[in-house]
Amino acid sequence: MTDTTKPAQAEVSHISGEMLTAIGRTLSRRVSFRVSESDIRRWALAVYYPDAPPERFIESETAAKSRHGGITAPEDFNPFAWLAALQSAAPSGGKENDPGSLERLLGITPPPLEFQLNGGLEVDYGVPMRPGDVITSENRLMSYAERPGRLGLMLFTVTEDTWTNQDGELVKRSRTTLIRY
Amino acid sequence: MTTMLSPAVGDSLPEFTRTTDFAHWNRYAAVNDEFVPIHMDEEAGRAAGYSGAFGMGNLQWAYLHNLVRDWLGGAGRIVSLRCQFRAVNTRGMTVCARGTVTAVRVEDGVRLVDLDVWTEDQDGNQIAPGKAVVELD
Repeated sequence: MTDTTKPAQAEVSHISGEMLTAIGRTLSRRVSFRVSESDIRRWALAVYYPDAPPERFIESETAAKSRHGGITAPEDFNPFAWLAALQSAAPSGGKENDPGSLERLLGITPPPLEFQLNGGLEVDYGVPMRPGDVITSENRLMSYAERPGRLGLMLFTVTEDTWTNQDGELVKRSRTTLIRY
Repeated sequence: MTTMLSPAVGDSLPEFTRTTDFAHWNRYAAVNDEFVPIHMDEEAGRAAGYSGAFGMGNLQWAYLHNLVRDWLGGAGRIVSLRCQFRAVNTRGMTVCARGTVTAVRVEDGVRLVDLDVWTEDQDGNQIAPGKAVVELD
């Protein structure tokens, strides 16, 4: 079948052999500091500002009567903000918002693309995070794909971050799509 | 105290609305360590091609969770949520997180509800459209 809409010049793929062999590799492994009630309160205050957050994020007594029997963190809470207790790979150290930071973490050559944006986020939730929890994150490279766009061939990179608690229970699994062009 | 929810297809969730500015973004930056110039500085926002500084995509993500969580009122849990980031939340914008029920089903004895969720600006332009699944108690 002939595609008459095809551009005159075939575009060269940004996905190198080196990038393909890196699929499935771990990008980073982090262990959080112990989650505190205060971390949860501050998070809830920030995301509900200027209104007060639900009491079950603030008051232990109210939270004790909830379905979880105590304070739990909002699902979107991030125990890795500011600092992790353990981190397998240091941030790239390059310029902020570096579109090649993902491949640099893997020690391979990044695709020659200048711009990046967050294409989307998809999360499945397991057990909630609670005060006293220590969360482990393991982030993996899942796939590379390309699609032609207005600004040339766009590279879609999917990473999957799996969080578990100190008992090995799944807290959440997030898939992030990074769009580079 | 929780109330039993009996949602039906087509139901709308009560909206979650915030008129956003640095006061909101700085608080979010403080808890998520997200002190990125495009969210803090008008000039950096303009250099990135926008009218000025703009709010974090992660805060849209948080507002979508607030929408669904407040609707559940403690009578269920969020099973999954996903969204795309299509537009930015500029200063003074009134961001409204909204949702509608698209399916109510039972799987292995568990009551599940599918939702379309999104944030939009004061003119109805979508910022972060997505979908959610919740489990009812």
